[in-house]
Amino acid sequence: MKGIVIDGVGLKLTTEDNVATALDDLEAGRSIDAEGLDIELLEDISFGHKFALEALAEGDEVYKYGEVIARTTKPVEPGAWVHTHNAESTRGRGDLAGVEQ
Amino acid sequence: MVSTFNGYRRADGRVGIRNHVAVIPTSVAASSIARGASEIGAWAKPTPHQMGTSQPAEAREQTERVLVGIGQNPNVGAALIVELGTEESDAGELADRIAETGKAVETLSIRDAGGTRPAVERAREVLEDLNEEASLARREDADASELIFAAECGGSDATSGIASNPAVGNASDRLIEDGGTASFSETPEFIGAEHILAERCVDDELRERLLERVAQREEMADMMGVDLRGAQPTPGNQEGGLTTIEEKSLGAIAKGGTTPVEGMVEYAERLPTGGGLVLMDTPGYDVESVVGKVAGGAQVVAFTTGRGSTTGNPIAPVIKVAGNPKTWEKMSNNMDVNASTIIDGDSVEEVGGRLYDTLLSVADGQHTEAEKRGLEEFAVNEVQPKQIAGSGVGR
Repeated sequence: MKGIVIDGVGLKLTTEDNVATALDDLEAGRSIDAEGLDIELLEDISFGHKFALEALAEGDEVYKYGEVIARTTKPVEPGAWVHTHNAESTRGRGDLAGVEQ
Repeated sequence: MVSTFNGYRRADGRVGIRNHVAVIPTSVAASSIARGASEIGAWAKPTPHQMGTSQPAEAREQTERVLVGIGQNPNVGAALIVELGTEESDAGELADRIAETGKAVETLSIRDAGGTRPAVERAREVLEDLNEEASLARREDADASELIFAAECGGSDATSGIASNPAVGNASDRLIEDGGTASFSETPEFIGAEHILAERCVDDELRERLLERVAQREEMADMMGVDLRGAQPTPGNQEGGLTTIEEKSLGAIAKGGTTPVEGMVEYAERLPTGGGLVLMDTPGYDVESVVGKVAGGAQVVAFTTGRGSTTGNPIAPVIKVAGNPKTWEKMSNNMDVNASTIIDGDSVEEVGGRLYDTLLSVADGQHTEAEKRGLEEFAVNEVQPKQIAGSGVGR
């Protein structure tokens, strides 16, 4: 597998990433040694889903694969689940284009 | 190591890895007859589709390109074109274009045959003759450089970008190293990753064309006044951990491995033999996308999935590659290669090598799980009126 395995349960695909992918179904409260940084999971993270490795402010860019995959829509704490409820695409917003016209 | 297999060398020089008799309806009106007539034997492969007898010129041109491309595919040893007889598409003309490859092609009009029952009877007689002729072909030595390999993904989840797509990408790299062609498509799934593909393009003209096509797909969401986020990633993708189209795309392009992008063809346009990595501009719907590449001449497909998929193709064997360990467990009878071992620590190279060996075995005649189960989905991408009015997207 390409990337950095964190504490046997998370995958950070490049060093620039600020989220990691859960390699198993992880329970809230679990403490993870993220390259020396201790992160406590704030909620259950299902296999394949992402958790934040650092604090993100609203509007911050989310990095995975060393690339921007989303922008946060609210502040995100380290150890929080990062998904459609707090992050969104920056592309293909035909709905907004319609409003602007 | 020399990578070889035994295949059917056709009159036009291309090599087939199967020796099917294709039964190709020119419209939906002939589709059930094509299907019914094909029950005569597993060697007869119908390509039923939903396109009407009358289509706008641009849509018809694309449909005809697909049907001709399917007939010309080297996995097809002979073909029968079936029409109702009222279609705007001319069965004789389509047959002529397929016959340019040197294979036997016949046509049948349901109207001229006297209706459905006589048409099925007549079609079966013709098919028996065509099969007899196609059966004269024998497998002979062929080289991996003669293979066109199509990569596809469907039912993606977070494992797709980590395990199955990188494994397919590694197999693509291996085939290209051996002189072959690999192709992947689904332009909407380049959105957010197009800058990486653009950097890999061999020249500026190609780079600009690629970026233009991606922009057109994105504009199509604007044109239709929809938020792409509702459809991409799909609800299933989202449940599997994919949050945005950018994230899905960055995982999807891993199917293309690491070699330079040598070209980009239109939907169902001929893919070059010995061409390296060549993209095809297709929609994101996996069945239509697979059909486009098979019409382009791909003899074999690798189809990655995270959440599960059973999709096959009537003309080209589809190798299923599972990235998610749970899907491998639950659906192992639909899966050919387990790439989920990458998540447990296998290297991408290891699994890519395993997949490449499977690819050559399948080229040699080994049946895939989809073939064993007769899974043969077929659909033609329809150029939408809004696309025609818009910017020519979907061509």
